[in-house]
Amino acid sequence: MTVTEIPLVEATTSETAISRLKERFPGAVQDDSRHGYSGVVVDKSKLVEVATYMRDTLGYDYLSSATAVDYHGIADSMEMVYHAYRTAGGPALVFKAQTDRAKAELPSLIDVWPGADFQEREAYDLYGIQFAGHPNLKRILLWEGFNGYPMRKDWREAYYEEEHKPFESRWPAGWVRRAEELNVYGKNVHYPADFDLAKLTDKSEESLYSDLGLGVNVQDLSTENGHLKTDKLVVNMGPHHPSTHGVFRMIVTLDGETIESLEPVMGYLHRNHEKIGERNSWNHNMPFTDRLDYLSSMGNNHGYALAVEQLFATGNKWNPPSYRAECIRVLMVELTRIVNHYWAIGFLLNDLGAFFTPALYAIAEREKILDFFEATAGARMMCNYMRFGGLYKDLPERMHSVANLINDKVRDFNTMEYLSELINERIPRSIDELDEFLTASEIIKSRTVGVGYLPPEMAIAYSAAGPLLRASGVPYDVRRADPYSIYPELEFDVAVRYNGDIYDRYLIRLDEMRESVRILKQILPRLEKTKGEPVAGISQYMPRVPMGESYGRVENPKGELGYYVVSAGDEKGPQNPWRYHVRAPSFINLTALGPMCVGHKVADVVAILGSIDIVLGETDR
Amino acid sequence: MAQLDLRELHSTEFPVPDEMQGNVAITSLSKLYNWSRRSSMWPMLFGLACCAIEMIATAASRYDLSRFGMEVMRASPRQSDLMIVSGTVTKKMVVPIVRLYNQMPEPKYVLAMGACASGGGPFKEGYNVVSGIDQYLPVDVYVPGCPPTPQALLYGLIALQKKIDGQSLANMDDVPWYGVGPAEPTPVPILGPDIIDPRQMDLIRRQAELAAQGKPYGLREIPESALKRQTAQIAPKTKPQIAAASGTVEADDPEKAARLAKREAALARKKAESGETAAASVVADAPAPATGGDKKAFDKAAMLEKIRAKKAK
Ligand code: SF4
Repeated sequence: MTVTEIPLVEATTSETAISRLKERFPGAVQDDSRHGYSGVVVDKSKLVEVATYMRDTLGYDYLSSATAVDYHGIADSMEMVYHAYRTAGGPALVFKAQTDRAKAELPSLIDVWPGADFQEREAYDLYGIQFAGHPNLKRILLWEGFNGYPMRKDWREAYYEEEHKPFESRWPAGWVRRAEELNVYGKNVHYPADFDLAKLTDKSEESLYSDLGLGVNVQDLSTENGHLKTDKLVVNMGPHHPSTHGVFRMIVTLDGETIESLEPVMGYLHRNHEKIGERNSWNHNMPFTDRLDYLSSMGNNHGYALAVEQLFATGNKWNPPSYRAECIRVLMVELTRIVNHYWAIGFLLNDLGAFFTPALYAIAEREKILDFFEATAGARMMCNYMRFGGLYKDLPERMHSVANLINDKVRDFNTMEYLSELINERIPRSIDELDEFLTASEIIKSRTVGVGYLPPEMAIAYSAAGPLLRASGVPYDVRRADPYSIYPELEFDVAVRYNGDIYDRYLIRLDEMRESVRILKQILPRLEKTKGEPVAGISQYMPRVPMGESYGRVENPKGELGYYVVSAGDEKGPQNPWRYHVRAPSFINLTALGPMCVGHKVADVVAILGSIDIVLGETDR
Repeated sequence: MAQLDLRELHSTEFPVPDEMQGNVAITSLSKLYNWSRRSSMWPMLFGLACCAIEMIATAASRYDLSRFGMEVMRASPRQSDLMIVSGTVTKKMVVPIVRLYNQMPEPKYVLAMGACASGGGPFKEGYNVVSGIDQYLPVDVYVPGCPPTPQALLYGLIALQKKIDGQSLANMDDVPWYGVGPAEPTPVPILGPDIIDPRQMDLIRRQAELAAQGKPYGLREIPESALKRQTAQIAPKTKPQIAAASGTVEADDPEKAARLAKREAALARKKAESGETAAASVVADAPAPATGGDKKAFDKAAMLEKIRAKKAK
């Protein structure tokens, strides 16, 4: 099944799709009539059928996001929210399935969209929803044996103070107690009251290996038909491993040198982004998004700003970002994309064994971009630059490069000149340099061509996104498929390659960088023209956001980054998100890792992983 | 490695004959030992989170860690001297970290890079986050920042070198690894219903006993006593007239009153301190600072008034 073979019906808008659904499944599909909500609520007994119909007949072949929401206190239910798209482009079809909190159970959609795999496991891990029919329903971010389901609204962490920030103890009274001092153990822990130390077992490791059914049986070392019976070997890679791009772990089953199966293990950087995000005020989440995909903080900011702006737009007092603000946003985001792809290529070469020399070349130019970020936003990596309805501030007239001391004098540049040199000369030059050194290299070709092949229909089924999806021949780019900001008026092509192997994933990153440069060149004159336009966003310290739900998504360097936010629970407009979910491309792209690695050698695993380009801050959140 | 500079080492009183100048150095053993250790500090190639990116940037061409003999990042703990904990330490990850630390040969050092590794950072209240690696491992240098800039990391590493320079072979506290017997490994935490530090087993058991007797257990019940202890510690420091003033505040909630008293005490202390420093600096250079101090104090007092008014409402 490829894109073209899907029997597309005329359901061009989600409204027609919804009416067709209601026709087909009378009673089982209902409009979501809550204020500010969209899409349909599907009866859970019909969920799989409805989903199959959506995929096969309506053409919604791409499951972007599946996440749970706990409505404890508002209703006694939990629900799974699904966002399905068509790879041909267009808006989402949002559908939901509700279940009891006490006995949370839903059918698994893994047979319809295999990309639901990790997302359902995450919902099980954090919300305790059982997915009937899921073949591998284990904890994914936390460890087996963890007490409770932490994202439920009534689950409280050890350092719990209040439901919402700002906490009373900090503001307005301003007397902070150190959380450690209030905890008996002096640590961020709490144990269930009936916890029996005598029966304590560390189940976290054992469960990883248990269903592999392996281990050498000594009695079995006999020969069979004259051949020594060989056992399979399980190799653990990570979480401390130089090529896993952080604290990622894989459990690889080998037959000889060939990979039989691979299971990703994650959660080693699970920093409870979403739980903290639901305690934070709306504004407060912005700097936290920086730390998701910490290589492309500007892109993360943009996605979150879009999601919340959609909610604001439903209210009455709302000024959308000015044209200049949009231009600067695009400028920042595209620069970020270039930075990210520098890293991706540098590290891919690392993983192929060219230890650090290519990476040094690749990230040299990054420093120049970071200087610009630092001059504008105040920080190199964690920019925290975008605000709802605008930006933190305008570009500076002149910028200093602190790290660029010459004879102990700080150099100072005209920002626009600096930018135009960067965009017109330095970046294209360094892209060409990488291209020249790497693309034709025989070693690189022999290591990458044909390795880690991902066919297009599988890429879609696994909900792969970004370069991973496009290198498999699916020209799906959110900037074009579901446009936002000023992308519709900009001229650029969606980079696409067709072989779906590591080499193409490398090439597509070069292509995308060149496209980004093309966009940036169009942005520069716009910046000159709009000089002086205000860019500031809303200025409230704690804005109240109209009730409702929204899903904001952007094409981040690693793929589609989506934020699902729910504003609920307060008539005046809540100060805090009720639900704040991040659809992390790195996390979902990993679904395809196992299937891609099967049949290859151990050394290829790191290269394949490198070609997906994950970042753990986002994978584990 | 940097060129061997004999003058750097040679700093004893003992004279070196003229013809041997530049060829021979006379030094103390401690010095030689420290010099060689600090000039070939090999960090472990080990990144946890966002801070790791800045660590890599530090090692890359612009900031160039190798100027300090530290460019040799080792992927194996067995070959490294320094663990740069570069990022958020989660409960799940602290288990392997402690194991890695135990595998490093002594002498070994730990540098906590960034807010997360130093104390939990922005994610401190998260249920899976450890509030700083120092809850499990001894830390030599903390580098603040989120993330620390490469310059800050370099500064931290230089601070570590300075620390090593100050160590003496004669002092067993400085060089515990020359003590008798093998080094004690740090106990590896266990992942139970929550993370369990083996060093706290007794405490956990006692808490469980309390729970079995139906007595207050866990964390929420403790705050009161903890609070009392705090106020008791601070009370003697408060000046009598301030205590009296706080006594006049009308508050139906004793806890709030205590909090207010504490605030006022702190304010008074600050006032006194700033008054002193202002006086001191007046001696040093005459005209400027005194008014600045006054203004600040005035603002605080006004704010206090406001809070009090709010409370009264
Ligand atoms: S201190 Fe900041 S930059 Fe460093 S790991 Fe923590 S969140 Fe990331």
